[in-house]
Amino acid sequence: MATVTFSAADDLLYAYLAGEIDHDSAQNLRIQLDDALLTRTPRTLVLDLGGVGFMDSSGVGLILGRQRCARSLGGTLRIQHAPEQLRRVLQLAGIACADEPGREGQEE
Amino acid sequence: MKAENTTKIQFDSLSVNEAYARGAAAAFLARYDPTVPQLADLKTAVSEAVTNCIVHAYPDCVGPIVMTVAVYPGRLVKITVADKGIGIPDIHKAMEPLFTTGNPEERSGLGFAVMQSFMDKVQVRSAPGRGTRVTLTKRLEEKPST
Repeated sequence: MATVTFSAADDLLYAYLAGEIDHDSAQNLRIQLDDALLTRTPRTLVLDLGGVGFMDSSGVGLILGRQRCARSLGGTLRIQHAPEQLRRVLQLAGIACADEPGREGQEE
Repeated sequence: MKAENTTKIQFDSLSVNEAYARGAAAAFLARYDPTVPQLADLKTAVSEAVTNCIVHAYPDCVGPIVMTVAVYPGRLVKITVADKGIGIPDIHKAMEPLFTTGNPEERSGLGFAVMQSFMDKVQVRSAPGRGTRVTLTKRLEEKPST
């Protein structure tokens, strides 16, 4: 079970994810995130993972898929506030977190 | 070596049961006081193994998944996740990071890589048409002596 709430600032769109991201919950998140990307076409979509208590590699698929979608619309995607457990999963996929100490955020 | 404590549950290969399976494993192991990161590792590995059954073992139907959790002396945890699905024709290929037979737009291909990274040992036995059994092993850290 996972939820997403949006807040927009200038040409940034913040998506605050909460709950547990797995193969089950990722399907619903994907629909909501793609809908927001297509209707708002932000310059940068910021995925805030601060409220996510659990994430497996389905979350990696979700993030990489949204990054592809954002790029295809001329935008970028950034990850922030990933808790420790999520960082370890993200690191395996080579996805950087914007506020990770000593590393640059993944934004291109 | 004889297990100190075991549990065995069977559930349908429905994606809603991913959370059930990792929650059940975590609840069973709670009395052994795993550290928070270790419990997260175990839950993540279980979630990957169960998701593989749902997505890959039973691509077009719902079938049974059996999970066992056993604790051996020395705080050794062994979790098996078994299905009677289509099986894996090439286990080496299936375990390569980024390889997936699923939708490459949405599947990261990192399931086995996550299991191998978060557990001490991952064993896979599979027979095409007969099913797959994944065995996940991890030794819990010693409890603080307080």
